[in-house]
Amino acid sequence: MIKLTDYMKAISGVNYTPALDLGSIELDGAYVCDMLSDVMGAAKPKQAWITIMKHLNVIAVASMTGIPVIVLSKGNVPEAGVVDKATEEGIALVSSPLATYDLAGILYQMLKG
Amino acid sequence: MADYWNIAPGMESALKECFTRDVEADVTLEFSIPEKDFNNAGKGSSEVKNLLKRLGVDSEVLRRIAVASYEAEINVAAHSIGGKMTSLIYDDRIHIKFEDKGPGIADIKQAMVPGFSTADDLVREFGFGAGLGLPNIEKNSDALHISSEAGHPTLVEFLIFFT
Repeated sequence: MIKLTDYMKAISGVNYTPALDLGSIELDGAYVCDMLSDVMGAAKPKQAWITIMKHLNVIAVASMTGIPVIVLSKGNVPEAGVVDKATEEGIALVSSPLATYDLAGILYQMLKG
Repeated sequence: MADYWNIAPGMESALKECFTRDVEADVTLEFSIPEKDFNNAGKGSSEVKNLLKRLGVDSEVLRRIAVASYEAEINVAAHSIGGKMTSLIYDDRIHIKFEDKGPGIADIKQAMVPGFSTADDLVREFGFGAGLGLPNIEKNSDALHISSEAGHPTLVEFLIFFT
């Protein structure tokens, strides 16, 4: 397990949900996918969800599935309404300039390297 | 109407009975699901999830209920001309019914095949339409019943036990 805050430093992650306490979130892996039903069928709690999807339903999917953090790749920035919903649902929303491949690779290395 | 059931062998009569006990529910919640309203689809599932969390339902059971219910809500928004979700909560289980106004499922067996989807471009743009909705509902529920036919309303209902 690694701390989300350590992972964020490694990926130059920007926290869009500063009202949430990210210090308590720990990760044991990630799920990488842009199809929402696949995420709901396969992602697990304690996994980061790495995606380029940034609309409102993404927050609902994370909430229903028990995912603690959504990492938006390639510098994708969520709209204000999406940020509000994430804060309300207690889902951390992080954006990184890195591509999905690098985001997953860095997390893999931190966990298993 | 064509009926599809997914019930563990040996449990048929006991569980089918559970689908008919509406009047005995401790709590009943109803939400309408408008056609293609993806911003609001999910509100019913979210409300149910929050209520059950307050009632102390186990978090893994809660996750299964939330996923099955959200998938079904999205299905109604994505594929029907609108419908409603009725959640019936008992002390040991939840029974959630999704009833829409059509246009119905022509071949339910085919709709259950992972990857098969009739979703349109708008639905796919949202990241839905992977053809995994009904399989996810089946995987996460303890009993599933679907009743539909082309040109008719669809009923999707499932049971999930708390322990």
